[in-house]
Amino acid sequence: MEVQQLSFQYKRKTILEQLTFSIPQGQIVGLIGENGSGKSTLLKLMAGILAPSSGKIELNGGEKVTRRHTNKIAYLPDIDLFYEKQTGDEVFAFYESQFDDFSKEKAKEVASFLQVPTNVKLGNLSKGNRGRMKLAAFLGRNAELYLMDEPFAGLDPLARESLLKAIIKFIDTEHCSVVLSTHEVNEVEPILDQVMLLKDGHLCAMDVVEEIRHERGEDTVNWMKNLYGKRVR
Amino acid sequence: MTIDFAKDRPIYLQLVESICGDVIKGKLKPGDKLASVREFALESGVNVNTVQRVYKELEMMELTETKRGQGTFITTDDGVIHTIREQMKEQVAMQFITSIESFGFTLDEIIEVLKSKKGGN
Repeated sequence: MEVQQLSFQYKRKTILEQLTFSIPQGQIVGLIGENGSGKSTLLKLMAGILAPSSGKIELNGGEKVTRRHTNKIAYLPDIDLFYEKQTGDEVFAFYESQFDDFSKEKAKEVASFLQVPTNVKLGNLSKGNRGRMKLAAFLGRNAELYLMDEPFAGLDPLARESLLKAIIKFIDTEHCSVVLSTHEVNEVEPILDQVMLLKDGHLCAMDVVEEIRHERGEDTVNWMKNLYGKRVR
Repeated sequence: MTIDFAKDRPIYLQLVESICGDVIKGKLKPGDKLASVREFALESGVNVNTVQRVYKELEMMELTETKRGQGTFITTDDGVIHTIREQMKEQVAMQFITSIESFGFTLDEIIEVLKSKKGGN
C-alpha cells in the first residue's frame, strides 16, 4: 500500500497532515502514538471507510482505495460490534455472507487454537474470550491487508499473548501485510517488522524495529519517548 | 513460551545466542532438527521474518545445515561446535569484565572472589 501526502480534516479541524509512507508486502507494521494522535482515523482511511480530504491511498500499484476494497482489506475496529445474543458460529455465518474471502473453517480453527467455544452466546463470554472471538472472525478472512485498531486493549496478559500467537500463526505474511495500532509496545514489538510513530496528526518517524535496536541500542518504547521529546511523568 | 528480550540489542541476535547456548549445553545435539520457521516463531512469540534472519545467521555460522525438503539440522561437525563454544566463552568473559569495570572493581579482587566461590563448592 502506498500513501502519499494524505491529509484529513473533520469539521475544519486537521486530524492528519501530509502523511507519506508505504506498507511493504509481507511485513507487520505497528502504528504507535499517544491517544488522539490520529491512529484510528488513519486506519479507517486505509480501510477505505473514510475518504481523504487530500492526498491518495493506493493498493497494488495504482488502485485507489475506497469502500469497495472491503473485499481485499480486513479491518478490525476497536469497538465491540457483535450482538450479545449471537454465538460465534452465528457470527461466522454472517461473516461468510458478507465477505468472499471468509473461510468458516479457518475461523473455527482460530477459535479452537484460542480455546474459545463457538456455540456459546457472546454475551456469556468473558471480555478476554470476546476479544478472542472477534479475532477469530477477523482472521477467518484471507485478505491482502489486515488493519487492526487496538486489538489488545483492555485484555488480560494471557489473552494478549494468545492473540499475538494467533496473529503469528494465522496471518501468512508472505502474501499479505498487517498494520496494527497499539499502546502495548513492549509486548507487541517482537512481532513487528516496522513501527510508525504518529504525533499530533503527523508521521513523526517510521523505522525497522531491529534497526532501531541495532543502531541505537534501544527498544521501540525508548525510541518513541526520545522522538516525542518529553519526559514521561 | 514467550521470551523476554533485552532492550538494547536486536531480537534476532538474542535468538541466535540462545540457540548457540542450547548447542553448547547439549540441549540441542549434533544432527538434531530445528523447528520450522513458523513453529519457531510461534514458540518464541516473534515475527516470522525475524526467525528467517535467525536461521540465515545460524547457517552462515555453519552451526546448521539446511537439507532441501527436509529442514534445518544442527551441524555434526564437532570443530564448528567447539569454535562456537570458545567464542561464547570469550563473549561471556568480556561482558563480565565490562560489568566489573562499570562498578570500578579490579580484575584481581574479582578473581579472589571467584576462587573463594570455587573453593566453597
